[in-house]
Amino acid sequence: MAENDNIVAETAEKIFADLADAQTINHDKQGNWKTPLWSALADAGLPLSWVPEDCNGSGASLSDGFSVLSSAGRFAIAVPLAETMLAGWLLAQARIASPDGAMTVAPAGPRDRITLDADGTLSGRARGVPFAREAAHLAVLAHGSNGWSIALVDIRSSRIESGLNLGSDNSSTVTFDKTKPLAVKPAPKGFDQNSLLLMGCVARSLQIAGALESMLDISVRYSNERVAFEKKISKFQAVQHNLAKLAGETAAAMAAATSAADTIVHATSFDDAVFLEAASAKIRCAEAAEKGAAIAHQVDGAIGFTIEHILHRYTLRALAWRDDFGNESHWAVELGKMVAARGADELWPLVASR
Amino acid sequence: MTAALRFDPIRLPPECVKLREEVRAFLAEEIAAGTFDPHRPNREDTDVPEFSRRVGAKGWLGMTWPKKYGGHERSFLERYVVTEEMRVANAPTRRFFVADRQSGPVLIKYAPEHIKMDILPRICRGEICFAIGMSEPNSGSDLFAAKTRATKTDGGWLINGTKIWTSSAHIADYMIAIFRTSPPTKENRRHGLTQFLVKMKQPGIQVNPIGQITGQFEFNEVVFTDHFIPDDHVLGEIDGAWKQATSELAYERSGPERFLETYYVLTELVRAVGRNPDTRGAEGIGRLVAQLHTMRRMSVSVAGMLQAGREPVVEASIVKDIGTIWEQALPHRVRDLAAFVDADVSNHETLDKQLDFATKTAPKLTIQGGTTEVLRGIIARGLGLR
Repeated sequence: MAENDNIVAETAEKIFADLADAQTINHDKQGNWKTPLWSALADAGLPLSWVPEDCNGSGASLSDGFSVLSSAGRFAIAVPLAETMLAGWLLAQARIASPDGAMTVAPAGPRDRITLDADGTLSGRARGVPFAREAAHLAVLAHGSNGWSIALVDIRSSRIESGLNLGSDNSSTVTFDKTKPLAVKPAPKGFDQNSLLLMGCVARSLQIAGALESMLDISVRYSNERVAFEKKISKFQAVQHNLAKLAGETAAAMAAATSAADTIVHATSFDDAVFLEAASAKIRCAEAAEKGAAIAHQVDGAIGFTIEHILHRYTLRALAWRDDFGNESHWAVELGKMVAARGADELWPLVASR
Repeated sequence: MTAALRFDPIRLPPECVKLREEVRAFLAEEIAAGTFDPHRPNREDTDVPEFSRRVGAKGWLGMTWPKKYGGHERSFLERYVVTEEMRVANAPTRRFFVADRQSGPVLIKYAPEHIKMDILPRICRGEICFAIGMSEPNSGSDLFAAKTRATKTDGGWLINGTKIWTSSAHIADYMIAIFRTSPPTKENRRHGLTQFLVKMKQPGIQVNPIGQITGQFEFNEVVFTDHFIPDDHVLGEIDGAWKQATSELAYERSGPERFLETYYVLTELVRAVGRNPDTRGAEGIGRLVAQLHTMRRMSVSVAGMLQAGREPVVEASIVKDIGTIWEQALPHRVRDLAAFVDADVSNHETLDKQLDFATKTAPKLTIQGGTTEVLRGIIARGLGLR
């Protein structure tokens, strides 16, 4: 995101630089870096950025929070910061106060549905819930006879089948079986599962764009150091053009993600504009992750393919983030349906309206 | 960070909404009156002088230029709206497009006052057409290899040599061209070229049309034989044209015309699949729309930076690189998706004809106005690789 006088994002950036250095983390096989990083983030109020002060949060703006996520992407942050922010935001939609500690959200994809039963308990299964194993609470969006509700759940009252995503971060299946939430309230009018997923899409898009910025940075620097055939590889036109393409993919991801974030900042509801922007961002950023990661690895050669090198921290996470909150295939179908339903002559007015 | 790429989420200001409606209403009237058919991009009559004058009368040419030259002192973002609406409608903009986009701004920057007062108001009225004289038979992407000579003579210069691939030269009233006034120096091979304003349809200029694979005759060979250009038609510094090119390129490379040239096949595909497409059709259209939306947001962002007085040369090159590759691939992607469209849909013939033309147009898109290879070189330089 644009480097402006954003004190919240600067605070985050400083914490990441001090406590989430990729080289240090990559060599820390015990994961000792996690606790100090999370404590610093929590002390600065960042995980609850999007929670109003009267709901136990720090009441930062949506815009500030999005800047934090761009920065988190640039550092490939592997603690549930984005997830806790999203969970706090979801709970705040129903004026449910956020607890301290890490949270995540369920469902995290379009194919899962959680049900709120008449007895006030939750049932259903949510797959690919990011960082569920490291969270203390879940913010849940559930459907019942009275429409959509938002619930706060103690993670211990659900069943977790732990798994890992491509980036080796926790991604779990969470099962609710007559689970009693700590709190449950109706979602605001018009708020549905797409609202949650689109917000998640924008978060992941910003993170992917940030990760691409770092892939570009790492690859450009390496190409200016590595010598082959008696010159720096950055002097080979084939390498230059590959890096120019990586810059293009990075630019496209940044533009799509920041535009979608800006749209949510200024939106009053999850309308067609938000849908077009957030779905497009997820689709385009996912495509950029695929193309960009391939180029970064190509430029960085065999050394970039090693576990000791930091490149995989960015490439594999960017690829993993494609899958959260609906992948690009899902959103492309949804966007295509929307465009077709509006009709051919309404396509240009839709694009031009943004 | 190595690369400080910026694509701020610029939005078109509110005055653009009303302007867009005016442009759409005007184009609808022109279509209704039979001036052009928006579904037929492959027509021959891309030069329509009366249409050009009516666009001028609307105040949509020289929109950003000073009023004393006939301009309207509006923003680049307003000009952006007019450009994209004309492009999407397949309006016949050939007569004025180059003059409005880049020749006028070059004159404003480098021409003497009396020439500005003479020519700029005529561009704004949509009366005159410009061509750009860059490429030569042995100098394309390598601009600084240009050999067409300008030799000093009494009161002016004598031009000898050949420009080629010159779009619109057959209808142009003027050309802005670079000619060699000195040999390159050992230290600077870009030295020695000078920018000139050339009055076309004069003795010593012969324009030979060249057919293109689309069946159209848009570009030409222009042969100069002792053609005289007066001294006051020199634009900028003698031997220093290389210093004058960079900012022009940002305008030339980032506009909506850099990704909308084959857009019409996407509209027609959406019409053909109908309101309830199958999964394959929906996914294909969804991806194309997401890519289109993203490029437009990048392009508007660059327009916003230009409006703010910045020179986003790298960002503009990225827009043209990604944009032209997209519009080049578009007819092929649409063909893929149209494979299972019901043969009886009413617009099948229109779509087939459009695909035929768009597919033939596609190869030029990544060549004209800076090849993909040149653009990636500029981006690489911006990244600190060269």
